[in-house]
Amino acid sequence: MTATEERQAPAVGQPLRRKEDARLVTGRTRWTDSVSLPGTLHVALLRSPMAHARLTRVDVSAVRELPGVVAAFSGTDLVDDFGGLPTAWTVSEDLKTPSHFPVARDAVRYVGDAVAVVVARDRYAAIDALEAVEVDYEPLPVVLDMEQAMAAGSQLVHDDIGTNVCFTFHEEHGDYEASKARADVVFTRRYVQQRLIPNAMEPRSVVVDPTGGADSFTIWSATQVPHFVRIFMSLVCGVPEHKIRVIAPDVGGGFGSKLDIYAEEAICLGLARRLGRPIKWTASRSEDYQATIHGRDVIQDVEIAATSDGTMLGLRVDLLSDMGAYLQLLTPSIPLLGRYMYPAIYKFETHSFHCTGVFTNKTPTDAYRGAGRPEATYAIERAVDDLAAHLGVEPLELRRRNWIGHDEFPYTTVCGLEYDSGDYEAATEKALELFGYDALRAEQAKRRESSDPVQLGIGISTYTEMCGLAPSRWLGEKGYVAGGWERATVRMTPLGKAEVVVGTSPHGQGHVTTFSQITADALGVPFEDVEVIVNDTAAVPWGLDTYGSRSLVVGGTAVRRASETMVEKAKLLAAHLLEADPSDVEFDAGTFRVKGTPSATKTIQEVAFASFTAHTMAEGSDAILTADNLMDPETFSYPHGTHLCAVEVDTETGMAKIRTYVCVDDVGNVVNPMIVEGQVHGGVAQGIAQALYEEAVYDDEGNLVTGSMVDYLVPAPPDLPSFETSRTETPSTTNPLGVKGVGEAGTIASTPAVVNAVVDALRHLGVDDVRMPCTPERIWRAIHEGGGGGTPAAEGTVAYGGESTATTAGGGQA
Amino acid sequence: MVQITVTIDGERRVDDVEARVLLVHYLRDTAGKVGTPVGCDTSNCGTCTVHLDGRSVKSCSVLAVQADGSEITTIEGLANGEWHPMQTAFKECHALQCGYCTPGMIMAAVDLLDHNPNPDEQEIRDGLEGNLCRCTGYHNIVKAVQMAAEGGAR
Repeated sequence: MTATEERQAPAVGQPLRRKEDARLVTGRTRWTDSVSLPGTLHVALLRSPMAHARLTRVDVSAVRELPGVVAAFSGTDLVDDFGGLPTAWTVSEDLKTPSHFPVARDAVRYVGDAVAVVVARDRYAAIDALEAVEVDYEPLPVVLDMEQAMAAGSQLVHDDIGTNVCFTFHEEHGDYEASKARADVVFTRRYVQQRLIPNAMEPRSVVVDPTGGADSFTIWSATQVPHFVRIFMSLVCGVPEHKIRVIAPDVGGGFGSKLDIYAEEAICLGLARRLGRPIKWTASRSEDYQATIHGRDVIQDVEIAATSDGTMLGLRVDLLSDMGAYLQLLTPSIPLLGRYMYPAIYKFETHSFHCTGVFTNKTPTDAYRGAGRPEATYAIERAVDDLAAHLGVEPLELRRRNWIGHDEFPYTTVCGLEYDSGDYEAATEKALELFGYDALRAEQAKRRESSDPVQLGIGISTYTEMCGLAPSRWLGEKGYVAGGWERATVRMTPLGKAEVVVGTSPHGQGHVTTFSQITADALGVPFEDVEVIVNDTAAVPWGLDTYGSRSLVVGGTAVRRASETMVEKAKLLAAHLLEADPSDVEFDAGTFRVKGTPSATKTIQEVAFASFTAHTMAEGSDAILTADNLMDPETFSYPHGTHLCAVEVDTETGMAKIRTYVCVDDVGNVVNPMIVEGQVHGGVAQGIAQALYEEAVYDDEGNLVTGSMVDYLVPAPPDLPSFETSRTETPSTTNPLGVKGVGEAGTIASTPAVVNAVVDALRHLGVDDVRMPCTPERIWRAIHEGGGGGTPAAEGTVAYGGESTATTAGGGQA
Repeated sequence: MVQITVTIDGERRVDDVEARVLLVHYLRDTAGKVGTPVGCDTSNCGTCTVHLDGRSVKSCSVLAVQADGSEITTIEGLANGEWHPMQTAFKECHALQCGYCTPGMIMAAVDLLDHNPNPDEQEIRDGLEGNLCRCTGYHNIVKAVQMAAEGGAR
């Protein structure tokens, strides 16, 4: 048999079916709530029904007498069990970080703030016992609207801070005012990012097992970030770091909502230490809606200075970002993570960025899929369409006049980011062809001409984003508490299988499959012979976990590098076994060969066994073939693409229905096209959901009106179309895999494509904005009342100030 | 407490349960069938879907005592020696990511094909309306059900 015949086909690039699926389709899973330890006690939390109140009395004495109850505590009973919850990003010098205790001590600041803890022998008894907690609330005025919160004399969410302004942030790139002075057109708009609920299908859950005489603890948590949980639980609860093991077992989705350090993790750890028993808490869905972070909730004032021929000179962005009542792990950083993405793919000369974070009496916000970048992309892609309409230019033509040409890469943007590679023309051409753009425009014209009750709109989104969080040095400069590296270990077992240990923490992304593909090719071993070990701090000592489309770019590169390092180490032993000089030994497809002596070979499996026996070793080689390596990115990667959406709008009912959705994404090289497509599908679905369906609404007393899945519209199968996906592949030049990241691309791209399509369908009727979600009611009102579709939230609510705040009600004006 | 007799995934059990206990909690906490997860508290999400005497039900909206005398099939009992074709189709079509909705989605899809062996795309989407997925956008779930239907999966 020749070497050519032996060579296995590369695994990278193949749509290999996932290794993860066998247990998931057969129910052989281990979700956190499925972890069942002998003697487990169940925790239930009494949550505040008031959005803002002083706690004058929390009395749990009657609870302790109830059957099945083991213990009950108020917040002040637990002051020695844990401290405040952390915020990891000091975004500005004026950042105000309020105290945030896992159980409220003197006041409650949003509906859902924990007030008392009950510990019982089963979950039913724990929940029953909550009724016996006696609480006296002294109501305080609630603060819900950001602009009112900033006004002089406003009620304060936190008295001791003295203001509702959490932080202010300004960044000037070039002289925007000079651009404005040269401009023929200065176009301004207000866009509103409604508040969203992330809705990972698995509600949060925590189990803590005190082991080793209750000085060591194993924490199972439905988290994206087991390594963060270990560090921060040590800091919050005072348990030494090396006495904590965190396992994120099967985790049912996250989308940013499980990228956090939550009160219930501290409560369960504190109680496990105090009571010496395993402790479990699992959220109900409604509880999760109140007590898990929300996303978005940003008011965006955008101004573009342009020439009359459509050259966009300068961009000014002013954001109001709702923090909610407290800061969670990354709350203040989220609107700022998008700040470099407002100029997007366009060659602005100047960019002026302003952001104000504001406290309100609502659930804290934090990372939700895209984390700042969907907001940025929405604003710029809406604004470009709106500016095009204002100038009377085709929206695609305006983009072409301003985007970075494929021959201009690498391109340094106005914000100073160097975009390494891309080809916006190619992605757009491909998308136009798949979409049948010209035919749809012709149909649109016909429907307009005939005043068809069903109008057609075409929406465009030519997005880019920054992925691969992040260069550690950059994070340090920006005030983040940690780095952005990832580390992997690759080792061979005695019988020739490969094990990969990596610190990213998958919860649906298919890392085990993707990293197996990378390792299989790098080591020349079968895909099936690779095991990927993740999600357990005892097995994976180093890691910075999964968020920000970083896992492949950063973690995957670490895996590749560790594989290569291990091959180098194996080569020393192979040369020794082959009695050759290491410089004369070549490695290819799993076999070491002595140059010029084709018969002298050792497979990597043979070397692995020799390494295990250690009977004869080479200088510099150890027993057990193992190597680790690091990836600390030097810069970001920049996926891009063109999404096109055709929407039919029934002008008589206001119903918008997506007819065609085409996306051409460029995420660089692709390791597993099946997984990449799946990420795009899910991302697009969540972006469409923001455009058409979802909104967290509060009433004027601060109650979350959309408090369950009955009232918050997570799209079901009939609510979404099938998608037409395709790709261009322009390799990234910033990492050896040439990959860019894909987890958030669909969400970032799709929301403006859909809303642009809705507005495009109605622009000839005098409509220039429809607030998200574009419900039938809002669309109908936009048609019949003009502007932005009436009040941004449902009648009688103050999600964004409602009718009480003129500046946030109604549509933006050109 | 009320005594119930049920057959779960082919295994007969007699248990005393509180009258108020939901079937899904009985399955998970008493019978150890933790392959069936809970995703909501309003019977919207469908993750807890099982077959009760051959019909799909959301096991959060049935009391355990109502299942007395019944035969229950969960995702853990669907494979009969080898995987059910729907399980294979879900893997082949990448119809799952985090997998939390998958048990309910598969059980609902099997029931859908029992009633309509050759559904078109809209019928699949309508038939699975009571099951929510946050990862896939349903695109590949529809494909999986089509694949199972074409393969005669019943």
